[in-house]
Amino acid sequence: MRSLRELSVDQQVALLFLILGGALVLLTSAAVVMALRGASSPERALHHDHFRRELSALWVGASVFWLAWVSGPLGATLLFGVVSFLALREFITLMHTRRSDHRSLLLAFFAVLPLQYAIVGGRWFDLFTVFIPVYVFLALPMASALAGDPERFLERNAKIQWGIMVCVYGLSHAPALLLLEFPRYEGRGAFLLFFLVVVASSAQIVQQAAGRRLRRRPVARQISRDFSLRSWFLGAFTAAWIGAALYWITPFKAGQALAIGFIAAGAGTLGELVMKALKRDAGVLYWGNRSSVTGAVGLLDRVAPLCFAAPVFFHSVRWYFRV
Amino acid sequence: MGLLLAFIARLVTGAQGHWQGCPPKAEQRIYFANHQSHLDWVLIWAALPGDLRAGTRPIAARDYWTAGRFKHWITREVFNAVYVTRQRTDDEDPLDPLAEALANGDSLVIFPEGTRSSKGEPQPFKSGLYHLAERFPGVQLIPAWIDNVQRVMPKGEVVPVPILCTVTFGPPMTLTPGEEKRAFLERARAAVIAQRPRSA
Repeated sequence: MRSLRELSVDQQVALLFLILGGALVLLTSAAVVMALRGASSPERALHHDHFRRELSALWVGASVFWLAWVSGPLGATLLFGVVSFLALREFITLMHTRRSDHRSLLLAFFAVLPLQYAIVGGRWFDLFTVFIPVYVFLALPMASALAGDPERFLERNAKIQWGIMVCVYGLSHAPALLLLEFPRYEGRGAFLLFFLVVVASSAQIVQQAAGRRLRRRPVARQISRDFSLRSWFLGAFTAAWIGAALYWITPFKAGQALAIGFIAAGAGTLGELVMKALKRDAGVLYWGNRSSVTGAVGLLDRVAPLCFAAPVFFHSVRWYFRV
Repeated sequence: MGLLLAFIARLVTGAQGHWQGCPPKAEQRIYFANHQSHLDWVLIWAALPGDLRAGTRPIAARDYWTAGRFKHWITREVFNAVYVTRQRTDDEDPLDPLAEALANGDSLVIFPEGTRSSKGEPQPFKSGLYHLAERFPGVQLIPAWIDNVQRVMPKGEVVPVPILCTVTFGPPMTLTPGEEKRAFLERARAAVIAQRPRSA
């Protein structure tokens, strides 16, 4: 592992993409073989279909991530800005907003979102961490009050605030990682982001698979039947080990990578549970439920773990290493 | 310009077309839908596949949409709108421009309510749809329901908020021989309402 750390940035990048691309190609060929053999029962067929959907999402995710990587910090910030926009759009669609929310929503989409990403791009990290929790938190209800509609005032504002917090604030920590500067680690922020994405998504995959296999008592039956404490722990634990195996691309030591991987992965899968609860509340199973009003693409489903894992990861890294 | 506009419409609203009752085909059609906002036409237009857009034309009220230079330009150059006169005069039938467009082989999008309604249910349909169906029996009549658009741009606002919208296209309907005007319009209105998605 140590010898891996000594490689140049380009060599490390090439190696990572070989690993990632290889894994994806393997999975895809497995899917092709499965499709050729045909399904033995309708239930299996459904399972295969689900697997194929997840796989294509994985491909899309990997390609987007690769794009973010090659386009550098500025491009990545823009890219995540667009993802953030689409996620917030999906979120707001499912919330019941009223006509008088129009101005606050405009503010959220066309002022808060671009400003937050501009702040990330400018590396003003102090402002970046307080801009939405402090200033926007106070400004939005003001705009809302000026619209003069008292009905369900708190509820409406809370929904918009929450959406901004998750879809904009949470997600904007992902490009911020790219721009975080560690001593003796310049220009390698992309590896941190890669680390986070790999850890968060592997935790999600393992947790789901474990939840389906283990058949443990779910902690929150009303929200998710797959989510048990043990499956959560298994997901975070496996992800932490994957993180530790990747320590050579990060500025961490192996033990630190393990701990930080565990924190980020645990936060991500718990965040997914929160989003599930929210979906139940809105009355849909997926954000991209085909029969629902919205016809959304289910982007929010994919980025939800990242929205929760990124801020936790970012701030634990920042405090622990005092950067 | 048209492509840019369609891209913006898709970015802001998604503009997803759900072809429930018929495939998107290059046949001559009259789409009729509920009307809640100025964006309705843009949404239907953006939900159509690119190659159908050029042959599908909206109806624009002449007095309103030729008033300003920009309004005139966008309806004439970008959307290729068919202008109709809202005031009825004795010597001309307001449906004549529409009939002419249909005779040319163009498809039309009409909002038979005649005006924008902000309440959930569409208002009773005006009779223009019936007369067109009577004169052009070969043209398919496609009911469509536009959902969520009133949240994107409520009446009186100018900047749209990004919220996902869908357009659901239903099965084609035809005028049965000897059907009375009132009955046909009521059936058409029911067909539009039937396309409304089961909301969550």
